[in-house]
Amino acid sequence: MNARFKTKFKLSTIGWIFILPATLLLLLTKFWPIIRALVLSFQSGVGLNTSFVGAKNYIRMLHDNLLHTSIFNTFFYLLLQVPIMLIIAIILAVILNDSRLKLKGFFRTAIFLPCATSLVSYAIIFRSLFARDGFINLILMKTNIINNPINWLSSPWPARIVIIIALTWRWTGYNMIFYLAGLQSIDPSIYEAAKIDGASAFTSLRKITIPLLKPMILLTSITSISGTLQLFDETKNLTNGGPANSTISISQYIYNLSFAYSPQFGYAAAVSFLVLIMVAILSFTQMKVGDRR
Amino acid sequence: MTKRRIGIAVEYIVLTIVSVISLFPLFWMLMSATNKSTDVLAGRILPGQKLIENMGNLLKTANVGQAMMNSFKYSVLTTVGSVLICSIAGYAFEVYYTKSKNMVFNLLLISMMIPFAATMIPLYTLFGKLNLLNKTLGFALPSLSTVLLIFLFRQSAQSFPKSIIESARLDGAGELRIFLEFFVPITKHTFTAGITVAFMSNWNNYLWPLIIMQSPTSRTMPQLISGLTSGYVTDYGMLMLAVSISILPTVVVFLILQKNFVEGITGAVK
Repeated sequence: MNARFKTKFKLSTIGWIFILPATLLLLLTKFWPIIRALVLSFQSGVGLNTSFVGAKNYIRMLHDNLLHTSIFNTFFYLLLQVPIMLIIAIILAVILNDSRLKLKGFFRTAIFLPCATSLVSYAIIFRSLFARDGFINLILMKTNIINNPINWLSSPWPARIVIIIALTWRWTGYNMIFYLAGLQSIDPSIYEAAKIDGASAFTSLRKITIPLLKPMILLTSITSISGTLQLFDETKNLTNGGPANSTISISQYIYNLSFAYSPQFGYAAAVSFLVLIMVAILSFTQMKVGDRR
Repeated sequence: MTKRRIGIAVEYIVLTIVSVISLFPLFWMLMSATNKSTDVLAGRILPGQKLIENMGNLLKTANVGQAMMNSFKYSVLTTVGSVLICSIAGYAFEVYYTKSKNMVFNLLLISMMIPFAATMIPLYTLFGKLNLLNKTLGFALPSLSTVLLIFLFRQSAQSFPKSIIESARLDGAGELRIFLEFFVPITKHTFTAGITVAFMSNWNNYLWPLIIMQSPTSRTMPQLISGLTSGYVTDYGMLMLAVSISILPTVVVFLILQKNFVEGITGAVK
């Protein structure tokens, strides 16, 4: 008995040793900085000359129009782009899971390939395609859909639309892979049974596929929401936040506050804490809603 | 019967349209890389003969060789390190399960919610003090341990037969040897999936190197191509060649490993 307890204890200790590096690294690069950021958010000043200013940074957020624009933009991208993308991804995954289909491998690779591109690269490709003298305007003018080139990236609304198109292009295939993985673990005989009972394709989608994909839908919506709230590479390289900061995202604003304007680490930390709170609230709501269904 | 045929025809049409949309920007990029800027703007989407000329211009404008070398060095080392650290951690959370270890796991899960923007300022000042700016270790540290990878490996350890571990222990094998000689080969699909995910995200990392790799000799490819667009007149042929070069490694990695990648994800969620 004593020997058994000893091996059990030994195994548990080995387990802790295996876990240690990963845990320490996350403590150092995630948990320590977030606590540091919280302290920083109550300070103001540059470099070593920081002083405690209480909630001043948080009060400043209330009157900061640029911050409000960046929050509006981020939520606009979030509310429009994430649902569109996830719905398309589910539809594509369901189609690709059809056993009668040929050339599956080709279609899957083609649709997933945009994910192999870096965020900077595809942002630059889209920026070039949607330039005033770019390919999209050329085609639209040649086919007489428009008479004059559209200033896609230098007017606020077209620029936001281009950002949404680009995001959807890049991320739909990525989410589709998760749904495809989820669908492959559903037993095909459930669908056979539903068909015998006279269920239409739409009914089995609604009553079988969607409920069984629920964990995957939850996972992909949480990662998409948190990804969109942290949007940086795309807006930086597609529009650089312009014209006149009208497409700026929250992360880009934090970057500008810390590294582009004269450094205001305290205020930037306060804004970044706002992002953390938003990500946390949205993720918890998602999980709660997901549980109830 | 006809209804089923229409159904499958619609599926093919949808997939074809989506595939064309997915592939066109990449096709346009490749074609543009072989044409001169004025032809790109004129809408030419056929292969041209200016590839060498664009390459010459690119090499004159930016130090592509150095940036590629940097990107390779940082990404490969970070990927190897993170797969080692996260695979053994994910395995241990499952195989040596105790309540307290599970609590640590749940704590680590919370870190997924911490946005990078919120940690970058303290990390930047800390790394400045530790003299890690413009260093490979500085690039790597924040990406070495990621919850997504730990999660992936924990999931695959869940479906790993525990009897293998038991019998290996009876044969007197050490715990580390069991991990290396049994778990790694049996779950190699998960390892390829993990390597693919980690390599892509390290290669594509932009915001962190933008902050920490500011010296011209330590820049990465994403930084380099982002810098090419800042001029007044854009040379589209040259720009698209640079973008093509930067995309190439991740596309190659993906195409080689894609079969394993999908199976790895599927195996991990089952």
